[in-house]
Amino acid sequence: MTTAATSGAPATSTWQGLQRWSRRDEVRRAVSLVALMVTLAVITGPSGTQTAPYSGLRGSLFASHAIPFYVLAVVLALVALFGGRWTAAAVAPVRQLRERGRGVVIPRYVKLIALVLLAVLLLYYPTTLTPFWQTVLVDQMGIYVLLAVGLNVVVGFAGLLDLGYIAFFAIGAYTTAYFTDKLPVHPPFVLNPFFIFPIAVGAALLAGVILGGPTLRLRGDYLAIVTLGFGEIVRITAVNSDSLTNGPQGAFGIPHFAAFGYKWTLDSLPYYYLLLGVVAAIVFFFSRLNNSRVGRAWAAIREDEVAAAATGIPTLKFKLMAFAIGASTSGFAGVIYASKVGFINPDNFPLLLSILVLTMVIFGGMGSIPGVILGAAVLGWLPNYLRDYVPAQDRFIYFGALLIVMMIFRPQGLLPSKRRSRELRLSELGVGGADAMGTIPGTDA
Amino acid sequence: MTTATATDAVLEVSDVTLRFGGLTSLDSVSLRHERGEVLAVIGPNGAGKTSLFNCLTGVYHPQEGTVTFRPEGGRDTAVLGRKPFQVNKLGIARTFQNIRLFNALTAVENVKIGVESHQRSGPIGAMLGLPRNRREERDSDDEAFRLLEFVGLSKRANEVSASLPYGDQRRLEIARALGTRPKLLLLDEPAAGTNPAEKRQLEVLIRDIAATGVSVLLIEHDMKLVMAVAANVVVLNFGQVIAAGTPQEIQRDPKVVEAYLGGDEAAGEA
Repeated sequence: MTTAATSGAPATSTWQGLQRWSRRDEVRRAVSLVALMVTLAVITGPSGTQTAPYSGLRGSLFASHAIPFYVLAVVLALVALFGGRWTAAAVAPVRQLRERGRGVVIPRYVKLIALVLLAVLLLYYPTTLTPFWQTVLVDQMGIYVLLAVGLNVVVGFAGLLDLGYIAFFAIGAYTTAYFTDKLPVHPPFVLNPFFIFPIAVGAALLAGVILGGPTLRLRGDYLAIVTLGFGEIVRITAVNSDSLTNGPQGAFGIPHFAAFGYKWTLDSLPYYYLLLGVVAAIVFFFSRLNNSRVGRAWAAIREDEVAAAATGIPTLKFKLMAFAIGASTSGFAGVIYASKVGFINPDNFPLLLSILVLTMVIFGGMGSIPGVILGAAVLGWLPNYLRDYVPAQDRFIYFGALLIVMMIFRPQGLLPSKRRSRELRLSELGVGGADAMGTIPGTDA
Repeated sequence: MTTATATDAVLEVSDVTLRFGGLTSLDSVSLRHERGEVLAVIGPNGAGKTSLFNCLTGVYHPQEGTVTFRPEGGRDTAVLGRKPFQVNKLGIARTFQNIRLFNALTAVENVKIGVESHQRSGPIGAMLGLPRNRREERDSDDEAFRLLEFVGLSKRANEVSASLPYGDQRRLEIARALGTRPKLLLLDEPAAGTNPAEKRQLEVLIRDIAATGVSVLLIEHDMKLVMAVAANVVVLNFGQVIAAGTPQEIQRDPKVVEAYLGGDEAAGEA
């Protein structure tokens, strides 16, 4: 407290000024970003040795290796501090255009042309890729897109935090293994995986209802814990029930799809087209669902469960519905996965995978179908893209850093839904919770 | 008040007692609500008015007493022991003291959610876009716009409900409740926080609602509004009914005057 501020009657010291400055949101963001970049520099640098544990720190922080991180730190901090003004300036013309465009209906043929272009791109582009990327497109992106679109119904539409989502994926995959006779227990009849879809979806749905029935009375964090437990129960059961699931070895040689005279093979492309068709159909159905009575009831439950019940919505029934629809989608994806990869074991269904799919939903924009598709595609693609550029052990550090940067700059996700971003904005303003109003002035006297 | 015979009551509350641990929130409360009339429940802060509402709508479960609801031409139905959404299905809708709209949804969506509580179409039909779903969607739109018109919000149908002025939010909440087609509407301090002009609109609105044959049970602090719309008044204090009668009788009742002037912070009412 050495100098007093030059202006203002109550003299504030620079220390106090600094304190106040440091409490501002943008400053906090900038500090977090710098800290993140420094951490990245350390983690991706050389590691210390047993005799000189801090040598790694020196080698990371004061070496040329760290320079790109410091540059990035400065850039991101500047964006955090002054970015609000820049983006406002950059967005202004766009906003103006949108304002002018309000009420202007985009002609149907324009939409149709855009859709056809997108379809051509999605159909043609994968054929130009290397087999490695075609495999990534199916195993790392396509399956996850399907999973994310399903989880979006539970988390994004109905607002239920489900951390055991991958359990239904496992149930779908193990149902496939059972009905293709690849488990120690033998099925009454053997089917090609293609015809197991309805059975697996039914099994996952049933599991969803069995889990959801008693637990969906819980809210928020409690539901998250119970679903997390369920996910682990399913995985551990698969590990331990040797006579049923073949334990840790899992199931081998699950055949590829074969239906209507066509046989899927090791080639990824036919699986890609199958997934494309399935995702397209599901997107079509789910967006209809979201804009229906059911979708509005979910939105009501998500926003205020008490008010929703008072408005005649059987909340438990609708939550169960969302849960079951999400579980079925997950089970469906499980069949495709089992048939595509050919072997499954309990390690394919860890808790981390549930969290990853949830991350994709949040990253893309909860409640927005295009958003979660993009989120799943980007997060599925990124680690594989990084494979060529960074050491294998560092890949997920960059992945994590991207998520943190994203949550600082764009917490609503890549392509947020209108309703959801409104909710986020309102909760920042303190509206939303029914108690946010407090006592209403002028009520008494 | 001796105008009614036993069958005319739309709602009969007898000896309802609600305790939270050692605290008795409602102490053997009884009241009769005549069909089609506006009944007001008044009382100082903390008298148990909102607790009573919560008992009537399935939020709280009182330890003793019965609540009987008699829909027109219907059988006597016990209200207690039902869940909030089941109470709503019976034909009892409510609003909240602290407005509880679906804030991020538009005005018309809020009302549609109320209207659709009676629809039967499920998720499969919605996904496939079956004719019944499309018809119900159209019905819900029509009904929601009609109700917005009724409460005077048709021009604001597509605005986000959180951005509406306070008085409009109150009326939107009423429209949402009316969407569930209630026989009995419970309004929890609908005039709280509204300005004088909005209060006059509200007075008209409550009369209009009663004119459509919906009985209205009203909790209100604003005595001018109560005097203007209520046919009968029940006064609660410390969880007990201390008086019941017409607004004129209530105003002259010494016990009521004492309750309001007897050192409670709500003193000076009216």
